Amino acid sequence: MLPIAGIAAFLLAWQIGVALHPHSLVPGPLAVARAIGELAVSGLLFRYVVASLFRVTWGYLSALMIAVPCGIALGLSRRGEESINPLLQLLRPISPLAWIPIAILWFGVGDVAAIFLIFLASFLPLTLTAMNAVHNIEGVHLAAGANFGLTQRQLVRSVIVPAILPQLIVGMRITLGIAWLVVVAAEMIAVSSGLGFLIIDARNAGNRYDLVIAGMVLIGVIGVALDWMLRRLETLDIVRWGRDILVEVK
Amino acid sequence: MTVAIRNINMRFGEMPVLDDVSLEVRDGEFVCILGPSGCGKSTLLNIVGGFVKATSGHVTIDGEQVTQPDPRRIFVFQERGVFPWLTVEGNIGFGLFRLGEEEKRNRIAYYVQLVGLRGFEHAYPRELSGGMKQRLEVARALAVNPDVLYLDEPFGALDSITRLQMRRELLRIWQTERKTVLFVTHDIEESVQLADRVVVMSQRPAHIQRIVDIDIPHPRDLSSPRYIELRDSIFAEIGLAHQV
Repeated sequence: MLPIAGIAAFLLAWQIGVALHPHSLVPGPLAVARAIGELAVSGLLFRYVVASLFRVTWGYLSALMIAVPCGIALGLSRRGEESINPLLQLLRPISPLAWIPIAILWFGVGDVAAIFLIFLASFLPLTLTAMNAVHNIEGVHLAAGANFGLTQRQLVRSVIVPAILPQLIVGMRITLGIAWLVVVAAEMIAVSSGLGFLIIDARNAGNRYDLVIAGMVLIGVIGVALDWMLRRLETLDIVRWGRDILVEVK
Repeated sequence: MTVAIRNINMRFGEMPVLDDVSLEVRDGEFVCILGPSGCGKSTLLNIVGGFVKATSGHVTIDGEQVTQPDPRRIFVFQERGVFPWLTVEGNIGFGLFRLGEEEKRNRIAYYVQLVGLRGFEHAYPRELSGGMKQRLEVARALAVNPDVLYLDEPFGALDSITRLQMRRELLRIWQTERKTVLFVTHDIEESVQLADRVVVMSQRPAHIQRIVDIDIPHPRDLSSPRYIELRDSIFAEIGLAHQV
C-alpha cells in the first residue's frame, strides 16, 4: 500500500502545483496521461518503445557475449590483466556519451551508432565485473577443480562460470540500468526514433511538454521492468548461494 | 599405493618453512601429521598433493614423481571446499564426468548413503550443517575412488561434538574403503584417536621431530592407559605440560 500512497501523493502535489501556476509550460499528470494515450493511439508509443528496446537489447547482449569471456580471461591471466587493466581504467571515466561524435563519424546517424554506444557503455562494466568476480573465486574451488582432473575448458564451465555468476548478475543489473540511460541520450542525437528522440522531438517541434514528460514516464516504467527481469535471475537456485554478495549491492 | 616424501625443503622467499622432511606412508595406512599452527604442515600436504612445488626434494607415489594434482589422490579441504552452486548430488557427481549416466547415478547413491546424507540429495550446501558439508566433501572425494586421501585439518571448523562424530565416521569409512590417508591436524587427541602413526612436526622451519606408532586397535578406548600414555608422550614431545 505505501508505495502506491507515495506515488499518489506525488501526483496530487504535482497536479496542485500545476494548478497554482496556470501559465507554466509544465503540464500536469492528467495532461501527461492524455499524451500517453495519444501516443498509444497513434502507434508511436509501441514503435518508439520497440525501437529503444531493440537498440538496448543488441548493444547490451553483444557486449555481454564479448565482455564475459574477456573478463574471465583477464581474471585468470595476471599478465593479461597487468597489460589491459590500465587501459580499461583510463576508459572507464569517459562517459559513453562522449563517444557520440565518434559513433556518428564511424556509423552515421542510425541504429548502428546507437547500438555501438550501448555496447561501449555496457562492455567496460561487464568486463570489470567478470574480471573481479574471477579474482574473488575461492582458491579451494579452483584447486578442487584441478584435483578432479578437469581440463581448462571444463574448469571454466564447471567451476569458474558458476562461481562468478552471482556477482556477474549484479553487474548485469547495474549495467543494464546504465545501458537504458545511455540509449535515451543516444537517441536524442544519433537517430530519429525511440523514446529519447520522442523527448527531444516533442520539445523542438512545438514545445509539447506533455509529450516530453510522457516520454520520461515511459522510460522510468520500462527501466523498472528491465531491472525486475534481472532481479528475478538472482533468485535462481544456482546463484542463491551468493545471496550475501547480492544483498550488499542492493 | 605408497607415498614417499624425500628430502623436502621449502622456502617462502628467505623464510625456510620445511626443513628436509622425509616420510614414507604405506598402502592403506592412516598417518596424521601433527604440528603447531603455522608450522608448515599444510604446506607439506600441498606439496604432496601437487598443488605447490617444493624448493627441493620430491614426492613419489609408487615410484612415480608427483608434478601436479591428480584425481587418483584427492585433497579434502575444510568444509568450504564443497561447491555452493551444486546440490549434494551435484557435488558428489562432480568428479564423475568420465562415467556413464547409470554408473554415475549408482555411485552417487552409494556415497550419499555411505556418508549419511540420504534425503538431502537435492539440498544445496547452504542448507546443510557444517558437519554435513564436511561429510559431503569426503563423499565427493571418495566417489572418484582415489587411492589416497589428503585431509587438511578437515574438522577444524566444527564444534567438538560434531568433530568426534566425524572422526568416528571417517574411521568407519576408512575401514570399509581402505584408502591411504594423510591427515594434517594440530589436535593431539585427534591424531591419537585416528592414526596408525602420528608424525610430530617441530616449530617452523618444520622437520619431523618424532614418529609415534599408535598400537591401539580400533575402536579405541579413549580412557585406556595406553591411549593416555601415548597422548601424554606427544604432549610432552611438543613441550606442553599436561595441565592448564
